[in-house]
Amino acid sequence: MSDEMLLRAAIAAVSNTIAAHADELSELDAAIGDGDHGANMKRGFDAVAAETDLIAGKPLPEALKAIGTKLVMTVGGASGPLYGTLFMALGKELAQAPDDRAGALRKAVDAVAARGKSTIGQKTMLDVLYPVADAVAAPRPIEEIVALAHASAEATRERLAIRGRASFLGERSIGHVDPGARSSALIVEAVAGVVR
Amino acid sequence: MKNVGIVIVSHSPLVAQGAADMVRQMVGDEVPLAWCGGNPEGGLGTSVRQIIDAIERAWSDRGVAILVDLGGAETNSEMAIEMLEGDRAAKVVVCNAPVVEGALMAATEASGGASLADVRATAEELSPA
Repeated sequence: MSDEMLLRAAIAAVSNTIAAHADELSELDAAIGDGDHGANMKRGFDAVAAETDLIAGKPLPEALKAIGTKLVMTVGGASGPLYGTLFMALGKELAQAPDDRAGALRKAVDAVAARGKSTIGQKTMLDVLYPVADAVAAPRPIEEIVALAHASAEATRERLAIRGRASFLGERSIGHVDPGARSSALIVEAVAGVVR
Repeated sequence: MKNVGIVIVSHSPLVAQGAADMVRQMVGDEVPLAWCGGNPEGGLGTSVRQIIDAIERAWSDRGVAILVDLGGAETNSEMAIEMLEGDRAAKVVVCNAPVVEGALMAATEASGGASLADVRATAEELSPA
Protein backbone atom coordinates (compact mmCIF):
# COMPACT_ATOMS: atom_id res chain seq x y z
CA MET A 1 0.00 0.00 0.00
CA SER A 2 1.32 3.49 -0.81
CA ASP A 3 1.90 5.96 2.00
CA GLU A 4 -0.99 8.06 0.74
CA MET A 5 -3.45 5.15 0.81
CA LEU A 6 -2.11 4.13 4.19
CA LEU A 7 -2.59 7.64 5.55
CA ARG A 8 -6.13 7.89 4.18
CA ALA A 9 -7.10 4.57 5.71
CA ALA A 10 -5.40 5.29 9.03
CA ILE A 11 -6.96 8.76 9.40
CA ALA A 12 -10.41 7.29 8.70
CA ALA A 13 -9.88 4.35 11.06
CA VAL A 14 -8.58 6.45 13.94
CA SER A 15 -11.18 9.21 13.63
CA ASN A 16 -13.95 6.59 13.38
CA THR A 17 -12.86 4.70 16.48
CA ILE A 18 -12.42 7.91 18.49
CA ALA A 19 -15.90 9.08 17.45
CA ALA A 20 -17.40 5.68 18.29
CA HIS A 21 -15.75 5.67 21.73
CA ALA A 22 -16.02 9.41 22.55
CA ASP A 23 -18.71 8.93 25.20
CA GLU A 24 -16.80 6.07 26.82
CA LEU A 25 -13.59 8.15 26.93
CA SER A 26 -15.43 11.08 28.51
CA GLU A 27 -17.01 8.75 31.08
CA LEU A 28 -13.58 7.37 32.02
CA ASP A 29 -12.32 10.95 32.30
CA ALA A 30 -15.32 12.02 34.39
CA ALA A 31 -14.36 9.40 36.99
CA ILE A 32 -10.85 10.73 37.56
CA GLY A 33 -10.50 13.99 35.59
CA ASP A 34 -12.66 16.68 34.07
CA GLY A 35 -14.80 14.55 31.76
CA ASP A 36 -13.88 16.09 28.42
CA HIS A 37 -11.36 13.61 26.98
CA GLY A 38 -13.79 12.03 24.51
CA ALA A 39 -15.19 15.33 23.26
CA ASN A 40 -11.69 16.82 22.99
CA MET A 41 -10.25 13.86 21.10
CA LYS A 42 -13.27 13.75 18.79
CA ARG A 43 -12.92 17.46 18.01
CA GLY A 44 -9.23 16.93 17.22
CA PHE A 45 -9.54 13.86 15.02
CA ASP A 46 -12.67 15.20 13.27
CA ALA A 47 -10.54 18.23 12.34
CA VAL A 48 -7.79 15.93 11.06
CA ALA A 49 -10.29 13.85 9.07
CA ALA A 50 -11.77 17.00 7.52
CA GLU A 51 -8.35 17.72 5.99
CA THR A 52 -7.63 14.17 4.81
CA ASP A 53 -7.06 15.24 1.19
CA LEU A 54 -4.58 17.92 2.18
CA ILE A 55 -2.74 15.74 4.70
CA ALA A 56 -2.60 12.46 2.77
CA GLY A 57 -1.12 14.24 -0.26
CA LYS A 58 2.03 15.11 1.68
CA PRO A 59 5.08 12.88 2.13
CA LEU A 60 4.63 10.69 5.26
CA PRO A 61 6.83 12.75 7.64
CA GLU A 62 5.11 16.00 6.61
CA ALA A 63 1.69 14.41 6.89
CA LEU A 64 2.42 13.21 10.43
CA LYS A 65 3.60 16.69 11.43
CA ALA A 66 0.41 18.19 9.94
CA ILE A 67 -1.73 15.74 11.93
CA GLY A 68 0.14 16.66 15.11
CA THR A 69 -0.20 20.39 14.53
CA LYS A 70 -3.92 20.04 13.82
CA LEU A 71 -4.42 18.12 17.10
CA VAL A 72 -2.45 20.73 19.06
CA MET A 73 -4.64 23.50 17.67
CA THR A 74 -8.03 21.85 18.01
CA VAL A 75 -8.15 19.44 20.97
CA GLY A 76 -8.27 22.06 23.74
CA GLY A 77 -7.05 19.88 26.62
CA ALA A 78 -3.68 18.48 27.69
CA SER A 79 -4.21 15.59 25.28
CA GLY A 80 -3.79 18.06 22.38
CA PRO A 81 -0.11 18.82 22.99
CA LEU A 82 0.51 15.22 24.11
CA TYR A 83 -0.94 13.47 21.04
CA GLY A 84 0.21 16.41 18.92
CA THR A 85 3.77 15.87 20.10
CA LEU A 86 3.51 12.12 19.37
CA PHE A 87 2.66 12.71 15.71
CA MET A 88 4.90 15.75 15.22
CA ALA A 89 7.91 13.94 16.71
CA LEU A 90 7.14 10.82 14.67
CA GLY A 91 7.18 12.96 11.51
CA LYS A 92 10.40 14.67 12.54
CA GLU A 93 12.17 11.38 13.29
CA LEU A 94 10.96 9.70 10.08
CA ALA A 95 12.24 12.66 8.07
CA GLN A 96 15.69 12.04 9.52
CA ALA A 97 15.70 8.23 9.41
CA PRO A 98 12.92 7.02 7.06
CA ASP A 99 13.85 3.33 7.37
CA ASP A 100 13.83 3.11 11.17
CA ARG A 101 10.11 3.29 11.93
CA ALA A 102 10.44 1.45 15.25
CA GLY A 103 13.20 3.81 16.37
CA ALA A 104 11.11 6.81 15.34
CA LEU A 105 8.16 5.53 17.35
CA ARG A 106 10.31 5.05 20.44
CA LYS A 107 11.73 8.58 20.16
CA ALA A 108 8.25 10.01 19.60
CA VAL A 109 7.02 8.33 22.80
CA ASP A 110 10.04 9.78 24.62
CA ALA A 111 8.97 13.21 23.31
CA VAL A 112 5.46 12.67 24.75
CA ALA A 113 7.01 11.75 28.10
CA ALA A 114 9.08 14.95 28.03
CA ARG A 115 6.05 17.06 27.06
CA GLY A 116 4.01 15.64 29.93
CA LYS A 117 6.95 15.54 32.36
CA SER A 118 5.92 11.95 33.05
CA THR A 119 7.21 8.42 32.68
CA ILE A 120 5.88 4.87 32.50
CA GLY A 121 3.92 3.62 35.53
CA GLN A 122 2.13 6.90 36.34
CA LYS A 123 -1.31 5.91 34.98
CA THR A 124 -1.04 7.74 31.65
CA MET A 125 -0.99 7.08 27.90
CA LEU A 126 2.71 6.24 28.30
CA ASP A 127 1.70 2.98 30.02
CA VAL A 128 0.36 1.88 26.62
CA LEU A 129 2.76 3.66 24.26
CA TYR A 130 6.02 2.38 25.78
CA PRO A 131 5.09 -1.33 25.72
CA VAL A 132 3.73 -0.87 22.17
CA ALA A 133 6.95 0.84 21.02
CA ASP A 134 8.99 -2.00 22.52
CA ALA A 135 6.78 -4.61 20.84
CA VAL A 136 7.06 -2.85 17.46
CA ALA A 137 10.85 -2.80 17.83
CA ALA A 138 11.05 -6.50 18.81
CA PRO A 139 9.16 -6.96 16.40
CA ARG A 140 6.08 -8.82 17.65
CA PRO A 141 3.12 -9.87 15.45
CA ILE A 142 0.49 -7.16 14.94
CA GLU A 143 -2.27 -9.10 16.73
CA GLU A 144 -0.02 -9.44 19.75
CA ILE A 145 0.75 -5.70 19.75
CA VAL A 146 -2.97 -4.84 19.71
CA ALA A 147 -3.67 -7.27 22.57
CA LEU A 148 -0.73 -5.81 24.51
CA ALA A 149 -2.05 -2.27 23.99
CA HIS A 150 -5.45 -3.17 25.41
CA ALA A 151 -3.99 -5.19 28.30
CA SER A 152 -1.66 -2.29 29.14
CA ALA A 153 -4.56 0.18 29.15
CA GLU A 154 -6.58 -2.14 31.39
CA ALA A 155 -3.59 -2.45 33.75
CA THR A 156 -3.75 1.30 34.49
CA ARG A 157 -6.92 0.56 36.47
CA GLU A 158 -4.91 -0.55 39.51
CA ARG A 159 -2.31 2.23 39.29
CA LEU A 160 -2.14 5.43 41.30
CA ALA A 161 -2.28 8.64 39.24
CA ILE A 162 0.76 10.85 39.75
CA ARG A 163 0.38 13.26 36.82
CA GLY A 164 -2.55 15.33 35.62
CA ARG A 165 -5.80 16.16 37.32
CA ALA A 166 -6.38 12.53 38.35
CA SER A 167 -3.45 12.93 40.75
CA PHE A 168 -5.59 15.31 42.85
CA LEU A 169 -7.69 12.25 43.79
CA GLY A 170 -4.73 10.36 45.25
CA GLU A 171 -5.77 6.83 46.24
CA ARG A 172 -9.24 7.38 44.80
CA SER A 173 -7.72 7.33 41.30
CA ILE A 174 -7.17 3.59 41.78
CA GLY A 175 -9.94 1.44 40.29
CA HIS A 176 -10.43 3.47 37.10
CA VAL A 177 -8.80 2.93 33.69
CA ASP A 178 -6.87 6.00 32.56
CA PRO A 179 -8.73 7.67 29.65
CA GLY A 180 -5.50 8.58 27.85
CA ALA A 181 -4.29 4.99 28.07
CA ARG A 182 -7.63 3.82 26.68
CA SER A 183 -7.55 6.30 23.76
CA SER A 184 -3.96 5.27 23.01
CA ALA A 185 -4.98 1.60 22.83
CA LEU A 186 -7.87 2.49 20.51
CA ILE A 187 -5.52 4.40 18.21
CA VAL A 188 -3.00 1.53 18.19
CA GLU A 189 -5.76 -0.92 17.28
CA ALA A 190 -7.07 1.35 14.49
CA VAL A 191 -3.63 1.90 12.96
CA ALA A 192 -2.77 -1.81 13.31
CA GLY A 193 -5.91 -2.69 11.39
CA VAL A 194 -4.66 -0.59 8.49
CA VAL A 195 -0.99 -1.65 8.36
CA ARG A 196 -1.81 -5.32 8.92
CA MET B 1 11.74 49.66 26.99
CA LYS B 2 8.34 48.24 27.90
CA ASN B 3 7.97 46.29 31.13
CA VAL B 4 7.73 42.50 31.11
CA GLY B 5 4.30 41.37 29.90
CA ILE B 6 1.85 39.10 31.75
CA VAL B 7 -0.47 36.49 30.22
CA ILE B 8 -3.20 34.77 32.23
CA VAL B 9 -4.44 31.38 30.98
CA SER B 10 -7.37 29.63 32.64
CA HIS B 11 -9.72 26.82 31.64
CA SER B 12 -12.47 29.36 32.27
CA PRO B 13 -12.58 32.71 30.40
CA LEU B 14 -14.40 34.17 33.41
CA VAL B 15 -11.55 33.25 35.76
CA ALA B 16 -8.94 34.60 33.34
CA GLN B 17 -10.80 37.85 32.79
CA GLY B 18 -11.47 38.29 36.51
CA ALA B 19 -7.81 37.77 37.36
CA ALA B 20 -6.84 40.25 34.63
CA ASP B 21 -9.29 42.81 36.06
CA MET B 22 -7.60 42.49 39.46
CA VAL B 23 -4.16 42.91 37.87
CA ARG B 24 -5.29 46.03 35.99
CA GLN B 25 -6.58 47.51 39.22
CA MET B 26 -3.15 46.96 40.83
CA VAL B 27 -0.83 48.08 38.05
CA GLY B 28 -2.94 50.11 35.62
CA ASP B 29 -1.46 50.26 32.15
CA GLU B 30 2.19 49.96 33.20
CA VAL B 31 2.34 46.27 32.27
CA PRO B 32 1.34 44.68 28.94
CA LEU B 33 -1.43 42.26 29.91
CA ALA B 34 -3.53 39.69 28.07
CA TRP B 35 -5.72 36.78 29.06
CA CYS B 36 -7.46 33.84 27.45
CA GLY B 37 -9.61 30.91 28.53
CA GLY B 38 -11.82 28.22 27.07
CA ASN B 39 -11.25 25.49 24.50
CA PRO B 40 -11.48 26.10 20.72
CA GLU B 41 -15.29 25.59 20.91
CA GLY B 42 -15.81 27.93 23.86
CA GLY B 43 -16.22 25.25 26.56
CA LEU B 44 -13.96 24.89 29.57
CA GLY B 45 -10.37 24.21 28.48
CA THR B 46 -7.55 26.03 26.78
CA SER B 47 -6.57 26.74 23.18
CA VAL B 48 -3.01 26.89 21.88
CA ARG B 49 -4.09 29.37 19.19
CA GLN B 50 -5.63 31.70 21.79
CA ILE B 51 -2.55 31.42 24.01
CA ILE B 52 -0.26 32.33 21.09
CA ASP B 53 -2.50 35.33 20.33
CA ALA B 54 -2.48 36.41 24.00
CA ILE B 55 1.33 36.24 24.09
CA GLU B 56 1.43 38.46 21.00
CA ARG B 57 -0.95 41.00 22.61
CA ALA B 58 1.11 41.17 25.81
CA TRP B 59 4.43 41.12 23.94
CA SER B 60 7.41 42.96 25.36
CA ASP B 61 10.98 42.58 24.14
CA ARG B 62 11.91 42.11 27.80
CA GLY B 63 9.78 38.98 27.92
CA VAL B 64 6.38 37.59 28.87
CA ALA B 65 5.43 35.63 32.01
CA ILE B 66 2.46 33.25 31.74
CA LEU B 67 0.31 32.27 34.71
CA VAL B 68 -1.82 29.13 34.31
CA ASP B 69 -4.42 27.30 36.38
CA LEU B 70 -4.39 23.51 35.77
CA GLY B 71 -2.39 20.86 33.89
CA GLY B 72 -3.80 21.32 30.39
CA ALA B 73 -3.31 25.08 30.59
CA GLU B 74 0.35 24.49 31.42
CA THR B 75 0.92 21.87 28.69
CA ASN B 76 -0.88 24.01 26.09
CA SER B 77 1.10 27.11 27.15
CA GLU B 78 4.41 25.25 26.78
CA MET B 79 3.29 24.08 23.34
CA ALA B 80 2.27 27.64 22.40
CA ILE B 81 5.70 28.97 23.43
CA GLU B 82 7.44 26.44 21.16
CA MET B 83 5.24 27.47 18.25
CA LEU B 84 6.02 31.21 18.49
CA GLU B 85 7.63 32.87 15.48
CA GLY B 86 11.36 33.53 15.38
CA ASP B 87 13.38 33.59 18.61
CA ARG B 88 10.49 34.72 20.82
CA ALA B 89 10.26 31.39 22.65
CA ALA B 90 13.40 32.17 24.66
CA LYS B 91 11.68 35.22 26.14
CA VAL B 92 8.52 33.54 27.42
CA VAL B 93 8.16 31.49 30.62
CA VAL B 94 5.37 29.63 32.39
CA CYS B 95 5.41 30.45 36.12
CA ASN B 96 4.83 27.68 38.64
CA ALA B 97 2.41 29.71 40.77
CA PRO B 98 -1.30 30.00 41.63
CA VAL B 99 -2.99 31.83 38.76
CA VAL B 100 -4.64 34.74 40.59
CA GLU B 101 -2.07 35.47 43.28
CA GLY B 102 0.77 34.69 40.87
CA ALA B 103 -0.54 37.12 38.26
CA LEU B 104 -0.86 39.89 40.86
CA MET B 105 2.63 39.31 42.28
CA ALA B 106 4.21 38.98 38.84
CA ALA B 107 2.50 42.10 37.49
CA THR B 108 3.43 44.16 40.54
CA GLU B 109 7.06 43.09 40.17
CA ALA B 110 6.95 43.76 36.43
CA SER B 111 5.50 47.26 36.94
CA GLY B 112 8.68 48.22 38.79
CA GLY B 113 10.78 47.40 35.74
CA ALA B 114 12.03 44.00 36.95
CA SER B 115 13.59 41.44 34.59
CA LEU B 116 11.66 38.38 33.40
CA ALA B 117 13.70 36.18 35.75
CA ASP B 118 12.80 38.38 38.73
CA VAL B 119 9.13 38.53 37.74
CA ARG B 120 9.01 34.75 37.54
CA ALA B 121 10.90 34.29 40.82
CA THR B 122 8.51 36.63 42.64
CA ALA B 123 5.46 34.71 41.38
CA GLU B 124 7.05 31.37 42.22
CA GLU B 125 7.75 32.41 45.83
CA LEU B 126 4.05 31.59 46.30
CA SER B 127 4.66 27.90 45.53
CA PRO B 128 6.30 25.56 48.04
CA ALA B 129 9.66 24.34 46.71
